[in-house]
Amino acid sequence: MTEARMPLWEVFIRSRNGLSHKHVGSLHAADAEMALQAARDVYTRRGEGLSIWVVPSNAITASDPSEKEMLFEPTASKIYRHPTFYEIPDEVGHM
Amino acid sequence: MYTQALNARDAVAQPLSAEETAKSAAFQARVDDEQRIEPNDWMPEAYRRTLVRQISQHAHSEIVGMLPEGNWITRAPSLKRKAALLAKVQDEGGHGLYLYAAAETLGVSREEVVDQLLSGKAKYSSIFNYPTLTWADIGAIGWLVDGAAIMNQIPLCRCSYGPYARAMIRICKEESFHQRQGYEIMLTLSAGTAEQKALAQDALNRWWWPCLMMFGPPDGESQHSDASTRWKIKRFSNDQLRQKFVDATVPQAHFLGLTPPDPELAFDEASGHWRFGEIDWEEFRQVLAGNGPCNRDRLRVRRKAHADGAWVREAALAFAEKRRARKADAEKQAA
Repeated sequence: MTEARMPLWEVFIRSRNGLSHKHVGSLHAADAEMALQAARDVYTRRGEGLSIWVVPSNAITASDPSEKEMLFEPTASKIYRHPTFYEIPDEVGHM
Repeated sequence: MYTQALNARDAVAQPLSAEETAKSAAFQARVDDEQRIEPNDWMPEAYRRTLVRQISQHAHSEIVGMLPEGNWITRAPSLKRKAALLAKVQDEGGHGLYLYAAAETLGVSREEVVDQLLSGKAKYSSIFNYPTLTWADIGAIGWLVDGAAIMNQIPLCRCSYGPYARAMIRICKEESFHQRQGYEIMLTLSAGTAEQKALAQDALNRWWWPCLMMFGPPDGESQHSDASTRWKIKRFSNDQLRQKFVDATVPQAHFLGLTPPDPELAFDEASGHWRFGEIDWEEFRQVLAGNGPCNRDRLRVRRKAHADGAWVREAALAFAEKRRARKADAEKQAA
């Protein structure tokens, strides 16, 4: 008999107050509660976090790597979006 | 430890189509440029296959590696040593889980890779087929086996495959505690009674050569290193890493007042390296072939643990399903 597969979860941890949750890895668990407990054991054995999110992996929609250029290349040519594009005379001081 | 899978011979490569050849070239250019390859990126089939084998065997090594040390948890000589050993063995379990997760990003399921371990199809590091006969072995494992693992694993933090490299960064951070706790056990034994010091020397005698074998066959014989090096999975050769390990470890042994069991061991002033004697590669082949002192026992224990845990996995899934159904019913009635 083949066993049913355990659902996959993605784990996000907030390292310190004030920083956003960051993806740290994934794990298998039957439900959200077990996923949280397992995430605590697997990813926070040395005080790495103050808060954990677990998200079912199949709930994540990801961009397609083959569309990388179409999605991100246009921003490379828009240098006027950066503050250094604009010249301000030194006399004005720090801005 | 644990790059032994990179020494295995791969199936004969299929000829590539023109499109695949172009993609392969673009892929290699990204690797040469030190870009990281991520799960959904295009990659050559052989790269994927090599990584699945390497990462899953690395994971198996961590999991089977819990057994020799787990053997001493209930018999640790003090509460401090017991707590540290428990934490270390728990870390090994965690390392196995990070690595299984990294392997799964390549399109294999957890169940598949675990089955490959339990059926004996997949290998794990040769080192875990040696027994832990005395408490000093726990010291020797932390110091030598984890020391060798660190040599092997630090370059893997820069491996071209993103999820593997990231898992290795976490693992390397934790591994340093393992080596230090092992060396501290050796220090304590070496500074103890004559009998305690003899235990430490005996452990070094038994673990020294198997640890040198962990790095895999000599460079001339390693079948798979070329592609792995080109793909920047492996960044140093077996012999280079082995030499680094010997150079780092011999002075540590001398500090303990212990002697590695190699009459040919000598410092070569000209090169600045410790030269060591011939490794018994026949022993290595026998251990890999399943004939080491503990191969059968390790697999028997893993299979039993997996089978004994089946009802827990089933119950957890059934419980989750029951709660889902009840919640759905309650929502329907409320509507």
